[in-house]
Amino acid sequence: MRKRLVIVDPERCVGCQCCMFACSRRLNKPGLAQSSIAVRSNGGMERGFVVIVCRVCQDPPCARACPTGALVVQKGGGVRLMEDKCIGCGACAEACIVGAAFLDSETNKPMICVQCGFCVDFCPHGVLALKEVIDNDAQG
Amino acid sequence: MLKDDPLHNVLYVDLSRKRFHVEARPDLFDRYIGGAGVSTQLLLENCPEGCDPLGPENPVILAVGPLTGLFPLASKTVAMFKSPHTGNLGESHCGGRSAVAIRMAGYGAIVINGASELPIYLVVNGDRVFFRDASTLWGMGNSLTVGRIIRERESQPGLRTIMRIGRAGEQKVSYACVSVETYRHFGRLGLGAVLGSKKLKAIVISGKRSLPVADSKEYRKLYKDVFKSATSGATQKYHNLGTPQNILPLNKLGGFPTRNLQEARFEEADRISGEAFAEGYLGRRLACSHCPVACIHIAALREPHESEPFFYKTSMISYDYEPIYALGGMIGVGDPEGLLRLLDRVEVLGLDAISTGPVLSWATEAFARGLITEKDTDGLRLEFGDWKTYLEAINRIVEQPTELYSALARGVEHASSVYGGEDFALALGGNELTGYHTGPAAHVGHLVGARHGHLDNAGYSIDQKVLVEKKLTPEELGDALVKEESWRQVLSSLVICFFAREVFDMETVVACLRSAGLKFDPSALNEIGTSIHREKFRFKYREGFSFDSLRIPRRIFETKSPVPYLSEEYMRAAIAHVKKKLS
Repeated sequence: MRKRLVIVDPERCVGCQCCMFACSRRLNKPGLAQSSIAVRSNGGMERGFVVIVCRVCQDPPCARACPTGALVVQKGGGVRLMEDKCIGCGACAEACIVGAAFLDSETNKPMICVQCGFCVDFCPHGVLALKEVIDNDAQG
Repeated sequence: MLKDDPLHNVLYVDLSRKRFHVEARPDLFDRYIGGAGVSTQLLLENCPEGCDPLGPENPVILAVGPLTGLFPLASKTVAMFKSPHTGNLGESHCGGRSAVAIRMAGYGAIVINGASELPIYLVVNGDRVFFRDASTLWGMGNSLTVGRIIRERESQPGLRTIMRIGRAGEQKVSYACVSVETYRHFGRLGLGAVLGSKKLKAIVISGKRSLPVADSKEYRKLYKDVFKSATSGATQKYHNLGTPQNILPLNKLGGFPTRNLQEARFEEADRISGEAFAEGYLGRRLACSHCPVACIHIAALREPHESEPFFYKTSMISYDYEPIYALGGMIGVGDPEGLLRLLDRVEVLGLDAISTGPVLSWATEAFARGLITEKDTDGLRLEFGDWKTYLEAINRIVEQPTELYSALARGVEHASSVYGGEDFALALGGNELTGYHTGPAAHVGHLVGARHGHLDNAGYSIDQKVLVEKKLTPEELGDALVKEESWRQVLSSLVICFFAREVFDMETVVACLRSAGLKFDPSALNEIGTSIHREKFRFKYREGFSFDSLRIPRRIFETKSPVPYLSEEYMRAAIAHVKKKLS
């Protein structure tokens, strides 16, 4: 059974974006450029926040859209990027309707959550968790 | 500074000529760190001596620091300008997404010069700058709508800050604020009026980048420690009840200014306390970017539309200690829903809530004493506690239908100079009183503080922690205030939120700076703090500030405070000592 990053409750999100900073820091790139998770307001902060991260599709549209086979579907769902194959066309970002395939503005290559859970330790408000899941499709 | 760090880049925008350019200023950042230190120098450079604060030559400077984006809670932007409210140094701090957005856009500071003829809003998207037509937004009644329209038109949601003014800024009310991400503000000293005078309705800043660090491994370890300490202990009170947790203790102590400081205890404090708002109204908590604390408390107010049964609207309204003091206790409003409506009104119009309270409370007392009449008030009968009439009065301060309201739109210092009642016009150094009648330290701190805000030197804390127990000489008090304020120059140059001042002790600050590739030892930092403090006073003296002409409203001595020896003589002696230290 593999672990997956789960958004436990977006209503608990305060919009601090510490998860985004954590995700970038994980790659030794402090700042926000390398984050595979995004937090933005739900049309104004008074309405709370939207947390955007790969939801580990069983049959990921991003992988289907990739013309060079650079996104390899993982057992149990989700993708890994074979960076050498990627030509930076952005088709994956277009194909992901939740916007979880983020493009690196310098390389044009996608940044997609690899379910490492590094961000979870930096979410002090219980929005994120790394959980073992059996049926991906049943998860939030 | 590390080679690839863009902090030393200063973006200069000229609104008159619709041009911009970037200059590298390592000279400023190496010497003054960032934030307050750098922006003070940029103000001295860009603001001509004696200029009209509402003229095109008054610059607006926004600055962040080296730790912004690298460590949590280095999350404030310092705004520096000449204040139209006091005619002197204007400094205001704000969080929201502002600091991270400026840093991620690739700047350490932004200098806005000139004025536009056409209403515009400015968009800074990384290295691109756009001047957008804001004619349609000008005159719009609700600043929240302005925010929504810009939010929908501009790119990079989640990575941007949207600073905007309301009607109060357009009308140049001298204590108009700038609202940021709806619920945070450059609140004090009238930055909103300065933007209004420049026809600058809003500023959008966004960006996304990586920042260099000296040693990745060391940095990640240090980050973890800072994060841990920022999410436990000292900061938790700000998350739980938030700043209004202070209402009940301050009231019990007898330091909560009530009804224009005719009293220092409010009998209805328990209805407008942090506890009461949390239980009855708290609808959401928010955080500034890169702050795990989340101190921003938003109340949900459900109101019926009176014209139709079963028809409601729900407004989300932020509340904090100071606005509750100003529009609650100070004007005798104990009805929590009335108070929320007042808070919403100042938000919608873009006024500084703290100044609005003492302005209304002075007018109420002046009305009761016959200094002003119904003719002056445009028919309003001002009375403590009557929030419905206050809602109308706030609208009139912005629209200024009579001379009285034009005077009130310039604050109580000015209004009382026209109509009398100086003894109960509660402004210190020209800026309205904050919510602490704790004793001489709070009031002296306010008077001698570089930016006339209560967070300058924590006088209120010295009152409560020291003076209630033991007597300090005026000299000892002056020393304590100057010492704290000098250290806070370092914190506000690092743009560290003062709520995290216990997280960022000297050792932590030195270590964090080392991560950013900056080698400062404790004595160097203390020297920089002292030097920035003096530089601010260089500007203040240049613009006519004098310790000798500070007015102390008599009301302060008439109403008992928790510290028994609050006297003019004591306060003047402490002020004289600070003067000596800073000259």
